[in-house]
Amino acid sequence: MGSKKPELLDKPLVIINIGLLSFAESLLDQEVDTIHIDWEPPAGGDEEMISLLDELL
Amino acid sequence: MASGFTIREKQYFDSVFLMGVNKRLSEEKGVQQTAVLMGTDNNKKLLADIGITDPQINSAKPNDLIVAVIADTPDIVNALLDNLDRYLEGSSQITSEIRLRTLDDGIRNRPDANLAVISVPGQYAAREARKALEAGLNVFIFSSNVTIKDELALKQFASGKGLLVMGPDCGTSIINGVCIGFANKVRKGNIGVVGASGTGLQEFTTQVHNAGSGISHAIGTGSNDLKDDIGGLTTISALRALDKDKNTQVIVIVSKPPGKKTLEKIRHITKDLEKPVIGCFLGVKGNMNEEKGNLHFVHTIDESVIQALLKSGKGTDSKALELTSEEIDLAHQERDKFTSDQKYVRGIFAGGTFCYQSQQVFQDAGIKVYSNGPIDKKMLLADPDKSLEHSFVDMGDEHYTVGAPHPMIDGRFRRERIINEGNDPQVAILLLDFILGYNASMDPVRDILESIVEAKQNANQRGDHLCVVASICGTEEDPQDLIHQEKQLTDAGVFVFNGNAKATLFCVELMK
Repeated sequence: MGSKKPELLDKPLVIINIGLLSFAESLLDQEVDTIHIDWEPPAGGDEEMISLLDELL
Repeated sequence: MASGFTIREKQYFDSVFLMGVNKRLSEEKGVQQTAVLMGTDNNKKLLADIGITDPQINSAKPNDLIVAVIADTPDIVNALLDNLDRYLEGSSQITSEIRLRTLDDGIRNRPDANLAVISVPGQYAAREARKALEAGLNVFIFSSNVTIKDELALKQFASGKGLLVMGPDCGTSIINGVCIGFANKVRKGNIGVVGASGTGLQEFTTQVHNAGSGISHAIGTGSNDLKDDIGGLTTISALRALDKDKNTQVIVIVSKPPGKKTLEKIRHITKDLEKPVIGCFLGVKGNMNEEKGNLHFVHTIDESVIQALLKSGKGTDSKALELTSEEIDLAHQERDKFTSDQKYVRGIFAGGTFCYQSQQVFQDAGIKVYSNGPIDKKMLLADPDKSLEHSFVDMGDEHYTVGAPHPMIDGRFRRERIINEGNDPQVAILLLDFILGYNASMDPVRDILESIVEAKQNANQRGDHLCVVASICGTEEDPQDLIHQEKQLTDAGVFVFNGNAKATLFCVELMK
């Protein structure tokens, strides 16, 4: 299997948080380098539209 | 009684935030029931269940906010809906000059990012995770309801790129001392752990900390990783990473039983690892105290802690696994207060792993237990709301958490269950767990303390004695005050232990 060793454990974390705001807040409480994405369902949550967008991009 | 609703188009909020809003609204005077939800099909069904239906609701979209209020008078309903902004104001410390709307925005803003923490609704999670992996980020996926097919595809893709996929359905990780999701603040040390269960990882890491040692990394894999469908792809990546990690001296795996093929695969892989590996696979029958190559099996989380301490060079007392003579005496004194009708233990758990491990401790003692998540399928509770004889109930199960907050965040359903179980004259003991740490309730004991006091009083009034036993999973460094949590319980006459296995052993002793 062509797996490589994950390097996540060797470096300071820089986190992108997508979803629960409280998760980002708990990371910032720990002074972790974190940005929060103000996420909402793509294409208004219309799944057909999401599939179409994914195919186009 | 009056009811009303409002729809805020294109105002999206996450589920935990909305649960907080719902709680604040429902606590207002004269309010019977509230619902604060996004306009998904499932949520529309939940609204219909409480009698809120309307063509406008039918046409609402997943990014439209719906707030419904049922109250004593129309004035109360209108006052709350008119002042909704007050309740929607967050106490967020997140301020940013640029509003980032998509993962791509985030990656452009922070090209040095190395981890995406994803907790969007399940049907969108795989899409976001794939984008993150393609951009070279590791991912932690808290979201559940991701298909096995998507999970496998994500993990296979990540494996080839040297990236870790923690999850889906991953509650807990600690990477280099950073707590992600539901995790406890623990000392850094030389013990690494990989776990398919969030509360299992929390119990292990807090016990290691409380024994004076520490954790290098705790890597959550998600609940499906060790099933044969996935084949332990994340577990294997994590084992290899910990084996190469200079700060890790011993590696522990905490999980429910893996699939047969996956267990063989892990056995095979551990042979090539330089560091000792301890496997704690809960719920497995028979003598697991055996060495298989480099994989040393243990039976409970407490045993895995003792073994990890020994193998990492910390002296420890293996008697810590047993009750002290004082505890045994205490149990016998307490037992003598039960009436002849009081025969049963009811476990009401916030943590699924605790429910599982407690069943195992009872099974080892030869006592049969019913459960909504049974080790032995024959012992499945037909109705999770109705206990039989000895019953241990996982209140974090889907039956209780669809459209409602998890018991680690909100004690509402556990309060009701404690009162109900305490009203059963055949019940002698309630067994509870309390879980501290980031993202859990800030005062989990206070959330349900009144119901414990009430249940004990109700028992006293009918001439019974109700014994309440609890374990706390936490450290003195957690955001909640561990000492205060313990004190609130002991002041109420609750027997408190710092581990679930020990608390359960105390229940076994009470039953002898």
